[in-house]
Amino acid sequence: MQLASVFAIAAVALATVSVGTLGLRMSRATSDFYVAGRAITPRRNASAIAGEYLSAASFLGVAGLVWQRGIDILWFPIGYTVGYLVLLVLIAAPLRRSGAYTLSDFAELRMESRPLRTFASVLTLGIAILYLLPQLQGAGLALRQATGWPTWVGAAVVVVVVFIAVAAGGMRSITLVQAMQYWIKLTAIAIPAFVLLAIWARGHTGEVDFGDWAIPRTDPIGLYTTYSTMLALCLGTMGLPHVLVRFYTNPDGRDARRTTVGVIGLLAVFYLFPPVYGVLGRLHLPQLAPGTRLDTMALQLPAAMTDGLLATVLTAILAGGAFAAFLSTTSGLAVSVAGVIDQDVLRPLLARRTGDDARGATSYRWASALAVVIPFVLSRVLEPLGLATTVTLAFAVAASTFAPLLVLGVWWPRLSTTGAAAGLAVGTACALVSLGSAFLRWTPEGWAGAVIGQPAAWSAPLAFTTMVVVSRLTPHRRPPHTNRTLNRLHTPESLLPP
Amino acid sequence: MSPAARPPSDRVRVTASRGRAPRHTMRAVADELSDQTALGDLYVRGLMRAQLRLAASLLLLTVLLLGSLPIIFAIVPQTREARLGPLPLPWVALGVLVYPATVLLARYYVRASERLEAAFVDVIGRG
Repeated sequence: MQLASVFAIAAVALATVSVGTLGLRMSRATSDFYVAGRAITPRRNASAIAGEYLSAASFLGVAGLVWQRGIDILWFPIGYTVGYLVLLVLIAAPLRRSGAYTLSDFAELRMESRPLRTFASVLTLGIAILYLLPQLQGAGLALRQATGWPTWVGAAVVVVVVFIAVAAGGMRSITLVQAMQYWIKLTAIAIPAFVLLAIWARGHTGEVDFGDWAIPRTDPIGLYTTYSTMLALCLGTMGLPHVLVRFYTNPDGRDARRTTVGVIGLLAVFYLFPPVYGVLGRLHLPQLAPGTRLDTMALQLPAAMTDGLLATVLTAILAGGAFAAFLSTTSGLAVSVAGVIDQDVLRPLLARRTGDDARGATSYRWASALAVVIPFVLSRVLEPLGLATTVTLAFAVAASTFAPLLVLGVWWPRLSTTGAAAGLAVGTACALVSLGSAFLRWTPEGWAGAVIGQPAAWSAPLAFTTMVVVSRLTPHRRPPHTNRTLNRLHTPESLLPP
Repeated sequence: MSPAARPPSDRVRVTASRGRAPRHTMRAVADELSDQTALGDLYVRGLMRAQLRLAASLLLLTVLLLGSLPIIFAIVPQTREARLGPLPLPWVALGVLVYPATVLLARYYVRASERLEAAFVDVIGRG
């Protein structure tokens, strides 16, 4: 049991490191580190984006939550997918044409303001770390489930592997790694699902009554939670730091759109499977093993449905796939966190110290070390929340801060710098209330709990409205080159001078 | 009559030099775009409005198709318990059918928005 899972996890880690270091030979300039020299086809880029995006929350979190709470959780994977449709329709091509690499770059380029850039950088770090925490904690849980080792081992393995892959090859190798990891994850979730379904079909007898678990919630609080979660996921996707970075690697706006359609297709296939584990778990795993967390439900399922070699192999496949999920999302986030630390913190510091000749790649490597060590320390200090809960909070923060900035920045010429800053501030403040209550475990009953626990339904509209109203009041604070910027965002590349 | 025999004429044929005449091709309006003229801005605003209309109608369609589901489950109790063959309808709708619908919407959007851009390039090309 243990040995097979350890072997699967080691194989995934080894593949990641070796493909990562393979990229080292191909990447020379700093732009290779950041954006793979921008020469990646839509197909591979789509696999890479999907591979990076399907995190521990998708692989294990959704299955566990479906097992616990039933049909209403199906809205989570729907939101994760439809988020890309919203992103496609609203910002995919213009964002690529803006030439922004990070959200901070976009803020500076569109709003022409250094302070706003700094604000965006701090927010990016906050969202990325919030998203990194569950990945590291999940890795610890998965490894403990498979081997009994303490949780810090799994997190440490992820940190080391990601650091090697990110620092060694930068973006080009990460693109290869991520594209590979999508297919690892799909295989690892699909094969056990089919086998377990076959086992169930052979043994199953007559109708099963699932009771309320299988019926959608229709009380007002349930509806509020569903809609608010959907809004968070749909708007939040575009504001996730590791998603935007990937769009920069498309050659042009048209390819950015085509890549996004590819991503939606790949996610659609993947998300057919996690609920299968939830339903089968409901049938065959009435209770979790004592002392284990909800997020490891899928890993316990094979042993509950079958035994001997088959159970061992299926568990190993799932453990390997889950580890691929931790590795790929962590490396994607680490790349973007490293980008922010490098560009906004280390590079200016080094430039001041050494004149202007700081070596780009060296500073980037230091930045990637910081990008994995800080979340690792935090993941040891903070008590873990559920995987999908923490990830959804990160979406809610992005939905109430970066989403209004991106949407209004791309489509509304009258957005003023003051308006953008005020909207970001309001969105951040709302998100902090919700984050604080989640991490302090302060969850009131009834409406208050739902409204604070799932804030997007009011915080995102509030941030949008603030941006619009304050911009209207401060027309003199519109960025002077708004027209030029908007032209660049919306003009097809074929009409622009090369 | 041989050319040599033609009497010298005062009349000179005047033609425009092909090389110096301003070309009525893409460059002209494309320059308007890159030179930040009011006309260039106007062209791009037109494209932006068309794209925004497309985006808004697509999002509206998504909200109607997807966003109505929880309400429908709430106000039409039969849909909650309905079955599609051996499987419960809400599970099939939320677990499976939603995904191909999203892919189709995305593909439709990409085609439509590429058409808008192609038309724009075409107009600029003729200008």
